[in-house]
Amino acid sequence: MSQVSTSPTTAALGAASKPERRDIGLRGRYAAERRFRLYGMAAIAFGLIFLFLLLFSVVSKGYTAFQQSMITIPVEFSEQIIDKDNERATNPQKLVSANYPVVARNALAKVLGVGEDDRAGLRAVNGMISDSVRTQLRDLVTANPSIIGTTQTVTFLAHGDLDSAFKGQIDLAVPENNRKISDKQIGWMNQLAESGALSKHFNTGIFLNGASSRPEAAGVAVAAVGSLYMMLIVLVLALPIGVAASIYLEEFAPKNRFTDLIEVNINNLAAVPSIVYGLLGLAVFVNFAGFPRSASLVGGLVLTLMTLPTIIIATRSALKAVPPSIRSAALGLGASKMQTVFHHVLPLAMPGILTGTIIGLAHALGETAPLLLIGMVAFVADIPSTPLEPATALPVQIYMWANEAERAFVERTSGAIILLLVFLILMNVGAILLRRRFERRW
Amino acid sequence: MNMMSEAAVEKALDKKMNDISYKMIGKDVSVYYGDKRALYDVNLNVRQNTVTALIGPSGCGKSTFLRTLNRMNDTIEGCRVTGRITLDTDDIYDPNIDVVELRARVGMVFQKPNPFPKSIYENVAYGPRIHGLAKAKADMDAIVESSLQKAGLWNEVKDRLLEGGTGLSGGQQQRLCIARAVAVSPEVILMDEPCSALDPIATAKVEELIHELRANFTIVIVTHSMQQAARVSQRTAMFHLGNLVEENDTDKMFTNPDDQRTQDYIMGRFG
Repeated sequence: MSQVSTSPTTAALGAASKPERRDIGLRGRYAAERRFRLYGMAAIAFGLIFLFLLLFSVVSKGYTAFQQSMITIPVEFSEQIIDKDNERATNPQKLVSANYPVVARNALAKVLGVGEDDRAGLRAVNGMISDSVRTQLRDLVTANPSIIGTTQTVTFLAHGDLDSAFKGQIDLAVPENNRKISDKQIGWMNQLAESGALSKHFNTGIFLNGASSRPEAAGVAVAAVGSLYMMLIVLVLALPIGVAASIYLEEFAPKNRFTDLIEVNINNLAAVPSIVYGLLGLAVFVNFAGFPRSASLVGGLVLTLMTLPTIIIATRSALKAVPPSIRSAALGLGASKMQTVFHHVLPLAMPGILTGTIIGLAHALGETAPLLLIGMVAFVADIPSTPLEPATALPVQIYMWANEAERAFVERTSGAIILLLVFLILMNVGAILLRRRFERRW
Repeated sequence: MNMMSEAAVEKALDKKMNDISYKMIGKDVSVYYGDKRALYDVNLNVRQNTVTALIGPSGCGKSTFLRTLNRMNDTIEGCRVTGRITLDTDDIYDPNIDVVELRARVGMVFQKPNPFPKSIYENVAYGPRIHGLAKAKADMDAIVESSLQKAGLWNEVKDRLLEGGTGLSGGQQQRLCIARAVAVSPEVILMDEPCSALDPIATAKVEELIHELRANFTIVIVTHSMQQAARVSQRTAMFHLGNLVEENDTDKMFTNPDDQRTQDYIMGRFG
């Protein structure tokens, strides 16, 4: 009643004394909530900063990989060099084995005004042209031998070092002896660039070519095709097996010690390091079953084993999340267990199953370690036409390029990472679209 | 039906009831969940074209008994039923009885409205479809319409049959579930507290519906509401601690029960 004595006015007015406000710690509670929100925002900001750092670093290093320096000059298909003794009618091999790099070198030397007896100069000119010009000119001539003796304008790849220099990636402050490209070549480069003979083009080669020791001619085609085969194999094997296993375990199997043991083991398998699956694949599929090494079939099987636990766990939790009232409703109408599952439970679980599957696939797409063990880290130049032929995978290609010394491979490594990220984003967008589609089912 | 007056219908039904033909007979029914015994030798008969209400405090076994009648307890892990339950002359726990066929004859409506996340039409058509009751689309349309009419929902939904069943109000959803159960043309409909999730107006509609359904179906309803039992049922069974305390005409049950425990429960002294 101290209140009455301290506030005589209220008492005098005869109003009912207002109960003293209790301290229920509101200020502390709101402060705690504000602090928690702040922590949350800080955590998200931290994550976003690193995401942007990663993307910025990869994109800034990698975008140049999608450009390629090309030299466009008139090339004289001199009969003197290609087929001196005019024996191409009798010996078709002659056109295949002719010394085409000299044809290109002479053409460039002529443009740059280097004399035919300046051997050092000619060597330097040769160092500006990609070795891939050999196959390019050969294909031109064998397809149309009548161009021998004429002069044609040809666009061919610049050497990787010139490409790097032209993109400004070579530090010219370094002493000339320690660089891959000399001051004289830099001068020629500027001269060619001014005349328009040297220019940057969109790099279709990175999408269409296989492995090459010349960075300017290297591409991810083999790796992309290998990854595509493996994803298809994983999808075709892991999705039905995983979903069937989950449905059986979740809806039909009796709950006893044995199924508990299986569940624990599946959860453990999801946590097994992927390299162990690689060893398993090597022992079982390559050594025991005798499947070919480096083949995307074996890679796909290994990745299937690796992805199965992920899909099973995701599917089981999606099935568990379907309300039991739906099952009761169907059973109460006289639907059999299987009708209940396939007509009602599975469609409702579908968004969760698809999300789990695509996350599993994305995981498999980025997996490198098990593929190293089954020999998919290989130099494969030809695009595999079946999953039984040797192939590599996108992440393995990144790993191999990251080990290369040339400057031009650095940008290609980042370029391949960008491609891999694009594939992952596409898969995730696909997952979101499928989810939306299945969630609006009526 | 419309020709007869309301009173005449009541009279006809009462006469039918007085003939006492039992639709389902439960004899010494006991249910165990693992080691725990939930029902003790219950002997309860369900009369044809009658609403039988099962009342009793929570956990007394009334829902358990209801679920033995169409073997929904089969889906519960570790549940075991002893005794004998017959539907007409068939022992429903006979190994030769197909549980799917049994549930087509003994339908069920649940406590919470649980329409399928499909269209209203599909909700009602699902049961007839899986049992192959309608061959042509027109037959199915007829079944859907008559079922929705029996459930008193037709006028409210006839213009939006292809919209989602989950978009209806709670009371409409529960009547949709009743229409879905009716569409299979069962002989018995079990209702497990069908109004506990509904507001009083929706409850009144469902109760009215139960009253009408009695003409064609035998109904067993579990309810927590004494008033509801008194309003909708002709026979009432009182359960307590897994035992059947008393089963009697509803009128007698609520005015002059034989058992002291029934009296106490109805007066609200326990439960």
